[in-house]
Amino acid sequence: MNCDTIKQVRRSSEGTIVEAQGDIDLRFQPEFQRALLEICSEKPARLIIHLGLVNYMDSSGVGTLVKIAHTVKAFSGKLALVAPSPKVRSIFEITTLDKYFNILPTEEEALAL
Amino acid sequence: MSEEENRICVRSDPGDLPLVRSLVERIAARAGFDEQDAGRLVLAVDEAIANVIKHGYEGRGDQPVEVSARRIEEDGTPGIALEIRDFGKQVPPEVICGRDLQDVRPGGLGVHIIRTVMDRVEYAAAEGGGMRLKMVKLKST
Repeated sequence: MNCDTIKQVRRSSEGTIVEAQGDIDLRFQPEFQRALLEICSEKPARLIIHLGLVNYMDSSGVGTLVKIAHTVKAFSGKLALVAPSPKVRSIFEITTLDKYFNILPTEEEALAL
Repeated sequence: MSEEENRICVRSDPGDLPLVRSLVERIAARAGFDEQDAGRLVLAVDEAIANVIKHGYEGRGDQPVEVSARRIEEDGTPGIALEIRDFGKQVPPEVICGRDLQDVRPGGLGVHIIRTVMDRVEYAAAEGGGMRLKMVKLKST
């Protein structure tokens, strides 16, 4: 997958883990969204988005994650966000979306959902 | 007390946003903001410029956006005063408001973020066209 904001995608019978990276902002959000929607088309039982390597996220990035949450819900899958830095987590708190998403510290906990 | 003003003019291109984020981050650090508050300040400024790009200039990437920032002190509390000036579409300031967060959907979060993070936010139609956004953030005590 040729996408600056996705370092790696790991697929297993338990689900798909996407390692996001870099700045997910107005510039890179369109490609981030396209890539995630493509992964959603595979309808993984669990979609885990690892945010540990994301330096910065703005409201367009959060908007993409909301769109992905709706998409995953539509095929009865599960979505979790893993390991955001305090800076990235902050935007979820300001927008109260930290209560909407499953935000977990590790992939293992996300896979146990 | 007010100190030196930092002013840059960027294009209304999302690729220029990291420049502004970097400037605001440096000034916030010099004003004594901790990492978390500095990050929130950077986010609010970034959202304000993103709104200029999306709404003021309707996605055109070659238009000017002026950003100025200066350290201030009010009643002994340090802070930052920021101003963002564009030359795009004018809208009545009273229509610029956040939306209901209970409605979980993509988009429309920028103004909520700006108003949550900043202590004072003032939109005005600028003389000669475009909008002027003045914001103040004081350091938490």
